[in-house]
Amino acid sequence: MTTALETRTFLPNREVLAPEGEKRKLHGVRAEELFSVIGAAVASLATTMLIFGWFTPLTGGVGFVVVAYFLFLIFYVMLTSFNGQREEIKDRIVTVLLYSAGFILVSSLLFVVVFTLIRGQDAFPHLNFFTQTMELAGPLDGLDVGGIIHAIVGTLFQIGIALLITIPLGITTAVFLNEIGGNFARFVRTISDAMTALPSIVAGLFIFSALIRTGILQKSGLAAALAISVMMLPIIIRASDVVLRLVPGNLREASYALGSTRWRTVWSVVLPTSRSGLVTAVILGTARGIGETSPVLLTSGITSVMNTDPTKDPMISLPLQVFTFIKSPEPNFIARGFGTAAVLLLVVLLLFALARLIGGKGPGQLSDRQRARVLHQSRLDEYRIGVRAAKRASDNDPLTAANPNEAK
Amino acid sequence: MTDINGLPIGTVVVANKTFDKLASADSPRPFRVRQPVADIIFRAVARSAGGITVGIMLAVGLFLSINGSQAISTAGFNFLTEQAWQPQAHKFGIAAILAGTVTIAVIALCVSFPLAFGTALLISEVLPAKLKAILIPLVDLMAAVPSVIFGLWGVFFLQANVIPVSQFLSTYFGWIPFLAVTDPQGHHLTEPSAFTSSAFIAGIVVGLMVVPTQTSVMREAFSQAPVGEREGALALGSTRWGMIRAVVLPFGRGGIIGGTMLGLGRALGETIAVYMIISPIFSINWQILQSGTNSVSSLIALRYGESTPFGLSALMAAGLVLFLITMVINFTASSIVARSRSGADS
Repeated sequence: MTTALETRTFLPNREVLAPEGEKRKLHGVRAEELFSVIGAAVASLATTMLIFGWFTPLTGGVGFVVVAYFLFLIFYVMLTSFNGQREEIKDRIVTVLLYSAGFILVSSLLFVVVFTLIRGQDAFPHLNFFTQTMELAGPLDGLDVGGIIHAIVGTLFQIGIALLITIPLGITTAVFLNEIGGNFARFVRTISDAMTALPSIVAGLFIFSALIRTGILQKSGLAAALAISVMMLPIIIRASDVVLRLVPGNLREASYALGSTRWRTVWSVVLPTSRSGLVTAVILGTARGIGETSPVLLTSGITSVMNTDPTKDPMISLPLQVFTFIKSPEPNFIARGFGTAAVLLLVVLLLFALARLIGGKGPGQLSDRQRARVLHQSRLDEYRIGVRAAKRASDNDPLTAANPNEAK
Repeated sequence: MTDINGLPIGTVVVANKTFDKLASADSPRPFRVRQPVADIIFRAVARSAGGITVGIMLAVGLFLSINGSQAISTAGFNFLTEQAWQPQAHKFGIAAILAGTVTIAVIALCVSFPLAFGTALLISEVLPAKLKAILIPLVDLMAAVPSVIFGLWGVFFLQANVIPVSQFLSTYFGWIPFLAVTDPQGHHLTEPSAFTSSAFIAGIVVGLMVVPTQTSVMREAFSQAPVGEREGALALGSTRWGMIRAVVLPFGRGGIIGGTMLGLGRALGETIAVYMIISPIFSINWQILQSGTNSVSSLIALRYGESTPFGLSALMAAGLVLFLITMVINFTASSIVARSRSGADS
């Protein structure tokens, strides 16, 4: 009995054993870290100014920044080494380097975009820039004459035809890869992966020498659309393939278990489930296709007049128009080039924003309205099934009641 | 996809009328297989879509190979060693343009790799969730910016600002052979016009163009590093960098290599930005800061209009070589990404 008492579970009195210390902060920045960054920055700036202004004949903005950055790193190491260990110093330096890489990347990419938009402002206030063609604008005319409506129309025609070809073909091929499979599908996937490596200029060269030089087509909007299609097709197949692979297998299996055919399963389960993803794939493909310059350069021809017939005569598009404007030495043409580039950029940004808006959701995630519609539909189904069951029971025919398949 | 009987899913199986008698004899059930008409049509349509896709792509490949090989067989082995490009005189080769293409791509990688690597680690390991949610779509968006816009930026902004840097590099580091800028007699050049339109400037622009692709492949690989191993490393007292070195980097190695190579493939094939910046020459220029270089795709853009049929097939031969190189790089990259621990699907 006594041993049992001795080995009894003993509940420690927590308040006595472990007095609760001050709560530790796990997140955020400590004051010491913050001050060493600020201190190093100020010290490096001061030293760089001293070097550039007093000690050496160095000049130039780029050099100043580079020297200041290296001095900052040195000062920062010194400051952290006062009360840090080797590992901690390494960690701090790497963190600074990572932030610098991110800052340089994001700021330079944003700068490319903002630079184009700002330089494009010269052409933007002139309304004629969006309503006229360059047909009547001479090389010395000001920005109040001429515009790029013909290039906008040309882009719409070319990308429209390309989409008419690539959407059905691309998505059906992706469905084939995912839903039917087999050796041939593996072959198709390998080939289309290989084609993502096709340089865009080579796609243009193919259309140029196979269709234009042989006289089958003129340099025209259609030829350009075909060249863009060759570029876009593998992109759309690949993106839709990834999206279709995300459709949960149990949805398909549920459909097959209900006795539906393969076609029904694809049409009513797989495609609706991945709709938003497929739309995103198509929009991203469009954004890539709309900005392609090099295949269009070889196939569409250059013109300054409006052309609404894609089968004959040159038809220019926005990126090619930028390229053409920029080759001119006239300042007004360069201003128009930047204006056109800004329009092109805005179109791409818009498409991308649209893709994010639609494609932000995974497969099967529904908006509130869609969920309400689905709920309503299932209530109707439930009602219908209930009515039929009641009818069957009232029919009181043992044969049909036992075998519901024949009741149809 | 087949069901347990080895029949394609969706096949309607109709039991034979003799089923009851045979079942008692314990022999295999005979099936009469009937595919629904809708499925037969669906399979035919889907299969033919796959067929058309393959047809288009094989047509491109075969057309290039047949036309290109005509030019290659005329030029023979000289095709790889000749620097000039005069198809009319049957004196042409890709030595100079391929060297230029590779130079530009290597410079592009030197610019893009540190940026992409750092940014990918920053996004996946350091930044708080809110900033992450802004940066990821921003970087993806940059992958969609048309190359003509990067070209504009390169010509009208970067060129003027890089020339002083090039001058500085060639003045103080000119003892490194490829950073020197000399005229044919070996005198050092200092005037700004010797530094314009160089492979260096084109490389920087192309580098910025491929950074977003590389960043998103690497970030994808890093972010899949298992949480358990990360927490294990941190619990053993490692700093964040220690954890990254011990867990994230070994895990994401495939993503790093694959992403870099995908970027390399894009850099090799880039046309319009390079075409806008460089001034084409037909000799190998090892001095990357000096004006004048060339690339396969800008050669095609430059010469397609004036070509005779033979000239066209010479261009196609050059295009074919470029295509083969990028294809090998892409396949290697995707197999590395797929075989690594992180990249099950990408």
